[in-house]
Formats: sequence, structure tokens, C-alpha cells
Amino acid sequence: MTDIGWWGVPLAVLGGAIRVSTPFLLVSLGECITEKSGRINLGLEGILVMGAMSGYAVSYLSGNPWLGVLAAACAGLALGLLHGTLCNLPRVNDIAVGIGIMLFGTGLAFYFGKPYVQPQAPMLPSIPLGAWSDSPQIQAVLQIPPLLVIGVVLAFALDWAFRNTRWGLVVRMVGDSADAARAMGYPVNVVRTLCTGAGGLLAGIGGAFLSLYYPGSWSEGLSSGQGLMAVALVIFARWQPVHCVYAALLFGGAGAVGPALQSVGITSGYYLFSAAPYVLTLGIMIAASSPRRTLAGAPGELSIVR
Amino acid sequence: MADDSRIEGRRRVLRAALATGALATIPGLIPRALAQSKLVIGVIYVGPKDDYGYNQAQAQAAAVIRKMPGVTVIEQEKVAETMDVQKVMASMIEQDGATLIFPTSFGYFDPHVLRVAEKYPKVRFAHCGGLWTKGKHPANTGSYFGYIDECQYLDGVVAGMTSKTKKLGFIAAKPIPQVLRNINAFTMGARSVDPSVTTRLIFTGDWSLPVKEAEAANTLIDQGVDVVTCHVDSPKVIVEAAERRGVYVCGYHASQATLAPKGYLTGAEWNWVTPYTEHVKAAQSGQPMNNFLRGGLKEGFVKTSPYGKSSSEAARKKADAVKGEMTKGGYAIFKGPLKDNTGKTVIATGSAHQQTDPVLEQMNYLVDGVIGKI
Repeated sequence: MTDIGWWGVPLAVLGGAIRVSTPFLLVSLGECITEKSGRINLGLEGILVMGAMSGYAVSYLSGNPWLGVLAAACAGLALGLLHGTLCNLPRVNDIAVGIGIMLFGTGLAFYFGKPYVQPQAPMLPSIPLGAWSDSPQIQAVLQIPPLLVIGVVLAFALDWAFRNTRWGLVVRMVGDSADAARAMGYPVNVVRTLCTGAGGLLAGIGGAFLSLYYPGSWSEGLSSGQGLMAVALVIFARWQPVHCVYAALLFGGAGAVGPALQSVGITSGYYLFSAAPYVLTLGIMIAASSPRRTLAGAPGELSIVR
Repeated sequence: MADDSRIEGRRRVLRAALATGALATIPGLIPRALAQSKLVIGVIYVGPKDDYGYNQAQAQAAAVIRKMPGVTVIEQEKVAETMDVQKVMASMIEQDGATLIFPTSFGYFDPHVLRVAEKYPKVRFAHCGGLWTKGKHPANTGSYFGYIDECQYLDGVVAGMTSKTKKLGFIAAKPIPQVLRNINAFTMGARSVDPSVTTRLIFTGDWSLPVKEAEAANTLIDQGVDVVTCHVDSPKVIVEAAERRGVYVCGYHASQATLAPKGYLTGAEWNWVTPYTEHVKAAQSGQPMNNFLRGGLKEGFVKTSPYGKSSSEAARKKADAVKGEMTKGGYAIFKGPLKDNTGKTVIATGSAHQQTDPVLEQMNYLVDGVIGKI
């Protein structure tokens, strides 16, 4: 292996962006759909953990990691629909229910996940794009996870669909003005429930990525708040699916800065570098905000902007 | 009127709940009466007991003492280092009649174990890792710990003889004395066989951060590190990442050999059976408890993993020779002249710290050869 020295830092940032960003991307896309319809699902953290557990368990039991992804998607869909249905009840606050779902999902995953902490499940394959290079480091960095590709394609598809398709417009209308949607004869609660279900499904797949690809192991500390961060990323991305891709890549890359700098010998202030993704978010939020208007792009029915 | 009846209804519900609560405590009394003849031992873990790491090492010892005659073991996992652990200890004592408790996580000791120990002076609390001090802490509490840096030194010897790039990687959670002692011992072991070897150090910031640990392993390997080891709660992710990237790895806490059949060299493991057995025997015979129980390879508190197939014959021989000296006793890893990685002398020529020296449990430097900073 050749000595790459300082090149290790940009390489690690690129690698981090490729390896770490997928769960952020999938969860934030899911939340994007949910919030576009006017609901917030803070429970995605719990759904992510539940997806990670069920994906790992099914992959281990069946021997096929893609069946695991399917199981994670189903678990996510079920929890998402549960959240959506509960929020349809009158005078129910979606943020409070979301926190409930978060605790329920993590608790359920820990309870059922107990026997799967130790066994090794088959992992998802990766797409090696680095064969052109003879550097093993570059080859290692350019192992592209298929779920990342799916996520990126999905982001562009969603962006297009929100603008150009009938159901995209319906979702946006339900999210911007429930009264207008009702006047047009669209079932507001059904649309919102389905959107929350779709959000849960994507978050479940995001969980399967954590347990079946990277870091590729089921344990209770696996998510450590990534689901919550992804919810925040949606606001950061201004409810635009394509911006979610950039936000997720930025977040994944920034998280790799701390370890990478330590590995080349820049060792002072590593706690500060560990906080890099959050500092970056704060900085961009401050730079992008304005006292004279509300958040641009926020769906009108969201309980945080209403 | 409607409101009144609703309140009455609520009262009725509350009363019923209280009544069932009172009933529920009665079955709890029965095992207590039965327990008189048997020693009931409670073991408390901070995480899942099959984590390929810290908790698994403790659970393996609990599984051994469970088989001792006249012993009942009750266990509880995932108990946070908060008020929770006080409640768990109290319920083990009150409901199950436990008279010996192993609260195994470092953060349980102060204030949780100390507080519960004052309330139950007849129950023994054997805590892992804390610095028990005579006069300051109750006599029914005590701490046990092992000098695992001896195994880390041996890991270093094997790693130093195996590495081709002469770069080792260490992924650590937090810069506390126990961790620094391991990093230093590992590095000194490697440099005892090849002074050109260096250790690159990454602190992740917490005991269990799987994503960050995997990132740390990948970036170290990108930098040309070809032997990785760690001090985090569950080394599973790091060992698997190293195996996937095709580099060597030394385990920690328990054996992770099955996770890395190709790259596993050896590992530093706890052998908690020794202190557990001693505490159980003392409790059974009614002797006062040993409040400050320490030991290394010689005393059987720690052990090394069996050598993996990728460790060379020469490396095994060299490590076994050092191990032989350690088990003879009196072997000092930390002796002068020793410089830290800023060039300052930390141990003067001619002086040596025996393993039992409490100075070593306050270590606050990284030795020469470690690339990193506290």
C-alpha cells in the first residue's frame, strides 16, 4: 500500500460521504414526503432502528440480505402507517405521537433484536467503481452501496414527481392547505397517512443499510441519533428532495473529517472536529435564515410553521 | 355531575391499581425465604451481554460461577449508569434476596453503588474497575480489576513483528488512564521488537459509536496501517471492518477470532472468573471481602486469545517468551528511561513501576511512538 499522507483527508471525506450518507438520505427523503403532506414524523429514529433490527434478523435467518431490506421496508411501512393513523384522530399532536413512535420503535427493536447481536448476517454487496485505479485506497473508497444509488435516483424522481405529476400536486396541496384540498374533494387524512407510511418505508430501508452494509452489524448503539439528524436535514434541505442528497453527502463527509485528521497526526481539538457536521449545519442555517420572512419552502400545514 | 362521577371512576381505578401493586409484592417474598440456604448473586451489565466485548467478558464469568454449588445467579442487562442501577440493585436485594452484587460498569460506582451499599450494609458489592479507597468507601464495597496492559504489550509484540508498513492503528473511546495505559503498553510492546514502529491513535469520543468506529478503522487503513486494535466497548465493528479491508487485527475484552478468521492475530481478554470465584467463596464462607482485588496474567485475571493463523511462528515465540517472564512475576512494563511523545521524560532512568503501583492507574501521557494527543 502506498503512503498517501495528506491525501488521506479528502479521500476520507469522499469515502465518508459515500459510506455514511445513505441512511441520512433515505430517512430525509422519507421525512420529506411526510412533511410535504403536512405532517411531521419525529418517530423516524425509532423506525430506523426497527428497520436495522428486522433487516439484520431476516438477512441472518434467510441468508439473503435483499429479503432483509424488504423486511425492513415492511417494518418501516407498518410503523409509518401506525403514526399516520394515530395522527388522524382528532386533537392528536403529531410531534408528541412521533416521540412516542420513536421510543416504541427503539424499544421493540431492542426487545426482538436481543438474539441477533452476536450472529453475523450476510451483507449487501457493493458496486466497485474503483477498478481503474491501482491504489487500494481509491478502490476502497469507490465501493458504491447500491442503496445510495437507489436513494439518489429516487431523490430526482421525487423532485420531478412533486412538480409534474397529479399525485405530487395533491400531496403538496394537502400539505399547504388542507381546506383547499378538502374543497377540491381530496381525502386529506388518507393522503397524509399514505405519505407517512411511505416515509416510514424509506426510513426502514435506511435502517437496513446501517445493519446490512455500513457499519454492517446490529447493536443497540447502531443509530445513535442519525434518524433525528435526518429529520433536521429536511429543514436544512428546504423540503427539496434533491437538496436532501447534497445535505446527506455533506453530512456524511463532514463526519469523516475528525477521524481522518487524527489519522494524519492533526490531533488537537478532535472533539471539535467531531462536532463538525453540527457546526456546519448551524453555520449554514444562520447564513440562510432571514428575520424578515419565514422558512422558504415550508409546507403551510406543518405544525412547526403554523 | 358528570364530572363528579368521572373523578369517582378515576379514584376507583387508582385504588384497584394500588391493590394489585400490593399483591404483586407478595410473590417477591417467597424466593427470599427460599434463598436462605443458597447464595444469591446479582450481576448487572451496562449493555447486552453478548456484545463480543466488555459485557460478554463479564457474562462469561457469571456463567461459570452459576455452576458452582449453592449459588443462584440473577442477571440484568442494559442498565444505565443512572438511578436505574440503584433501583435494579435494590430490587435484586429486596425481591430476590441477593447478598452479593457485581455491578460491572465503571460509572455505577460513584454515587450509585456507594449509596445502595450504605442502605444495605450486609450485602457485598464487588465493582469492576473503581478505585476503592480505605476509609473513604464502605467496607461492604470493593473493586476488582485486571492488568490487561500485559496482554496489550504482548499484542504489541505480535503486531510489531507482523506489520509490514510499520504502522499500527489504535481506536480508543476516551482518554482516561486505563485506556492510555493500554495504548502505551501496546506501542511499547511493538517497539520492543522494532523501534521504527509507530501507533496512530484515534479517539472516537464515546464507548459505543459503531459508525465512527468503522470510519476510524477505514481512515487508518487508508493511511497504510496494517494492524488495528482498539479499546471500545464492543470491538465487533472494528474487527469486521479490518477483516473486510484485509488487514490484521488484535482483539479486546473477549475473543473476536470468529469474526476475523483471516486477520485475527491475538487479543487481550479478561478472565473475570478468577475475581468472581474469589468473591463468591469469601461470601459463602463468611470471610470479609477483599476490597481491592487486582491481578494480571500471573494471577489469572487476564489472558491472551489463542494465536490466529496469520501470526508467524517467530512472533508467537517472541510473545510467549515475554509472557513467560510476566507470569514469573515482578515484570515491569513501565520502567525508565521512558519518554512521552512530546519528548518529556516521564519515568527516570533506574526507576520502575510494578504493575500494582497505583501511579499507573493515574496515567496521563502517551509514550514515544504514539502519534496522537490526549
